[in-house]
Order: sequence, then structure tokens, then C-alpha cells
Amino acid sequence: MSVTVKNVFEKAPVEMRNVLANALVEMGANDSRIIAMDADTLGSSGLKPFKKAYPDRYIDCGIQEANMVGVAAGMSATGKVPFIHSFGPFVSRRVYDQVFLSCCYAKLNVKLIGSDPGVTAAYNGGTHMPFEDMGILRVIPEITLVEPSDPVQLASILPQIADNYGTTYIRLMRKNPISVYEEGSTFDIGKAALLRPGKDVTIIASGIMVSEALKAAADLAACGIDARVIDSFTWKPLDEACVAACAAETGAIVTCENHNVKGGLGSAVAEVVCKTTPVPMEFVGIQDVFGEVGTEAWLREHFNFNAATIAAAAKKAISRK
Amino acid sequence: MLNEKELTRVKAFAAQIRVETLKELAHLGFGHVGGAMSIVETLAVLYGKQMKIDPTNPKWEDRDWYIQSKGHAGPATYATLALKGYFPMDWLLTLNQGGTNLPSHCDRTKTPGIDMTTGSLGQGVSCALGVAHALKLDGKDNYVYLMVGDGELNEGQVWEGAMYASAKNINNLIWFVDWNKQQLDGNTADVLDMGDLSKKFESFGFNALVVNGHCVKAIDEAIDAAKAVTDKPSVIILDTIKGYGCSAAEGVVPNHHIAFKPGQLDGDIERWQAEYEKLSAQL
Repeated sequence: MSVTVKNVFEKAPVEMRNVLANALVEMGANDSRIIAMDADTLGSSGLKPFKKAYPDRYIDCGIQEANMVGVAAGMSATGKVPFIHSFGPFVSRRVYDQVFLSCCYAKLNVKLIGSDPGVTAAYNGGTHMPFEDMGILRVIPEITLVEPSDPVQLASILPQIADNYGTTYIRLMRKNPISVYEEGSTFDIGKAALLRPGKDVTIIASGIMVSEALKAAADLAACGIDARVIDSFTWKPLDEACVAACAAETGAIVTCENHNVKGGLGSAVAEVVCKTTPVPMEFVGIQDVFGEVGTEAWLREHFNFNAATIAAAAKKAISRK
Repeated sequence: MLNEKELTRVKAFAAQIRVETLKELAHLGFGHVGGAMSIVETLAVLYGKQMKIDPTNPKWEDRDWYIQSKGHAGPATYATLALKGYFPMDWLLTLNQGGTNLPSHCDRTKTPGIDMTTGSLGQGVSCALGVAHALKLDGKDNYVYLMVGDGELNEGQVWEGAMYASAKNINNLIWFVDWNKQQLDGNTADVLDMGDLSKKFESFGFNALVVNGHCVKAIDEAIDAAKAVTDKPSVIILDTIKGYGCSAAEGVVPNHHIAFKPGQLDGDIERWQAEYEKLSAQL
């Protein structure tokens, strides 16, 4: 792992789905095991370059997510490595039993791509706004859960996902997130990334909340608070050693997630903190409510997904030491 | 097509499967007897004649696959696999015991020869389609055989799979429907009447065949006929009797999962053992 954080946070020049498609095309050139599938979501997944390059290995299943998951599981039983896409709710809660039994319990090798996590579902509204996907999947043994924060990180971990046997859920923002990492940064699945050192509090973030966490740390520094920032892009297996060290070394933790705080990243972190070094924790994220429709900007403000909320949570956690 | 000697051999194999299935269930004292006993002849034809397998190498890449989406009929499949030599016969009496390799529902990670983990109904259909589709992509000529229960047809995922099979012409997958007319709560016609199964499958683009599911000759010929049709997927609807060959279950409604008194299955075991010996003597 080699991580360099950008100094200025701007929208990434490429969409995450383009990074996904390019990586699959590249991997697919030398690896005929790679398969891509959609459930009538090709227009959204960005997988057209893969379909064009390998028409036989791209399958549009139609609007039948349950069947798609099972077909992918069966394909993987023959050695294929299927990457299957739909919107987050439809490759998590809609197909929970298929993911549980046909993929994970059967110890098969399916790569699930759930796009538009949380508030990034924006105009699709609450019906399509998964705040629970990672939480429900996290209780399935042996599954791997990742939420890449930006295109550089996504490009770094996709080959690992293809190579590591086992079912993986990729919580994927489709469009242009805020760019966090300099080109050339590399990441290891299962290892959290230290983005900023600090000794007073640790902010553990994921996905779209990482750049907000870094902004909050900068604001806290102006107040004399030295905040550590961690990108915990792997939710499972969680980097428990990192979490335990952060609890012991900074004495307070704030988690930030585009997900329900009940059952989400904060809960996963709290499980580790409780059994290693119990310290005050605060949880920034969705406070157990359903999603709503609106622009992403409106939703971020509505649900308090901003640096000010994170900084306030950090101060509160520190005050409880 | 089976010649006379093959026919006798497969019939004898079916009798053996019945004996061992009944012994498993008698030892346990309860189990999914109904749906296990109704698929025995099909298992005998598949593993005794039609399938390309190597019991010493269960994961052989060039094998044919058998996926039993009605995972609860494991006991009959375990008896079949043990008799073919996939694992020792004495495993059969460990059915459902803690630490066993033979769980109530089929598990590809535990039992040599079990090609897919099943038990949540409908899911084996999609998995079988995935295996078959992948084999087609690789240009392989292996067949995949799929066993679905008639009650299982209540599941929407089965019909998602039927649409997929037809649209993608997954013709190297041969479906069987165990039309034993019962499900857990009783008669399928009373629980959720599925109507004319042949017409349903035909309307989904299938070549549909209906055969006596306890006649090994008819089953074998139906498989050959299905293989001859390549422009659409085929389904073989097996007209069966749930619990066939087990007097404690046959004709009982419901008989999906029942308990047995000690010795209650002894008569059936003796009857099928005698049938096996009679047929074997002709070989």
C-alpha cells in the first residue's frame, strides 16, 4: 500500500463506472474467466466497452436479479469470475437469500457491484437509496465488502477482487466522486489507509465521506485539535488492528458513513473498540431513517453529511474522554 | 436407448437406491421421504446410464453435472452417489448427524459428487443455468441435468430461469420436474394450483415431454429425445408418486417429511432388496 492524498479536493475527471469498465476490459484480455452481467442496467453500469470487446462474455439477464445472482454463482462453479451489476438495493436486499446461499454458503466466487450507494441515488429517491446494503451483507460469513472512495482506489483494488477467491460486494458510486488520491496510490483489501496522522481523535470514514473527513480534520487543526483520518474502504474483513491502534493511540473515534449508523461501519468499528480499548465514539451517518429524493447536494445537507457535522462529532467524542 | 441388459441393470440400480435411501431414513427415524422416493428412477438412469462421470474424480472438468434444486431429496442422491463409489457406504447412516458430510439439504462443499448447494427452493435453477451457460461459452459438450420439484414451481425464480433458458437457448441443460403432485402442505392443486405444466413450459419456449417417472426406459428415451432438440431447452415432466415404494408414505397426504416407528420400513427394505436380487440374477 502506498497512499498519497491530494492537496485540493475536486471532482474526479473520470467516472467510477468508466474505471470499472476499463479495468474489466483490461483484465478480460488475458483472462477469459472474467464475465460481466447486468440486470437491464447496461445504460447505467458503463459496461458497454466490455460488451463491445467480449460480446460472448457480457450477459444482460433482463430484469431478474435473483436469477442473475444464481447464474453468476453457477458460472463461478465452473471457474468463471462473474462481475454482476445492478443498483445497490437490487444486488443486496432484493437478492439477499441468493447471495447468502447460492454465493456465500456455497463458497462460490461472485463479484457483486451495487451502484449508487446512499445519497448518490439522488433523483431515484428512497426506494433506490440503500442505507442498509452493507449492514445486511456484513452478517454473512466470509463475504468481502468494499466501498472505494475514488477512481484511483477503485482501479487499485479491482484486480485484487478478481484474483481473490470469494464473493465480494463492491459498493460503487457510479459517477464522478471527489478525487482523494494522487495517481499511483495503491491499496490492499483488508488494510485501512492512514490519510492523516493525529493524536487527539480518529475519524474513520468510507466512500463519499472520506473527503469530508479530511476537510473536517483541517478545520479541527485550526482549532488546535489533531485529528487522525482513516479510509476504511474495506468494511469486511475490517482492519481490526488499525481500529484497535487508533482507539488506543487517540482515545476517541468518529465514524462517517453514507449508510445507516445502525449496523453500518460505525457498528463494525464499535465491535472492535469495545473488545480492545473502549473509548468514546460518535457516529456520523444516516440516523436510522429512510432515504428521500433530491439532488445529492440537498441530500448531503439534509442528512448532515458535511465537515462541520464531523468536526462537531469529533469535539464531542474528545469531550467524553 | 437402453438394451435389455442395460434396462435390467438400471432397474436393479434403482432398487438398490431405494433400499439404501430407506435404510438412511429408517436409521434417522424421520426425513424427507416423499420427494426422495419419487426421483429414484431418474437418478438411476442418470448415474447408471446417461451421465458422463468419474466417481474417483468428482470435480472432473469434463463431467456432466446434476443439480438437484429440490435440495431436500438429498437422501436419495446420497444413496446413489455412495453406490457409485463417490464415498463410503457407511457414510449413509450419518445422515443429518452432527459433523456429517450428508446434510438434510445438498451441499457442494460437504459431499463428494454434489455439484451445487441447494435447499432454498428455486435457486438451483439459476445455478444450473449458470453452469450450463458457462460450459457453452467454453465450447464444451457436457450436459447439465436439473431436478426441480413441482411444488418448487411456485417460486418466481424458477420462471425467471425458464425465461433465461429460452432466451439464451441453454439447450445443454435438461430440466426435470418431479411431478409428484404434493408439496409440504398437501396436494399441489390445493395449495397453489399450477395448471397444465406442459403448456406453461411450452409457453416459456420449452420443448416439454411428459413421461412415467418410475419407468427407467421412458426416462432414458425422454433424455435422448431432449438431447435431439437443440433449438430450445427441454423439460421432462416426470409423472411420479410422492413416497413411491415406501408403504408408510405412499398415498399419505401430506408425506413431505414424516417420522417412522422403529422397524416400520423393514418390510419395504426387504421388498426392494428382493427386487434388486431378482434383477441382479438376470444379469
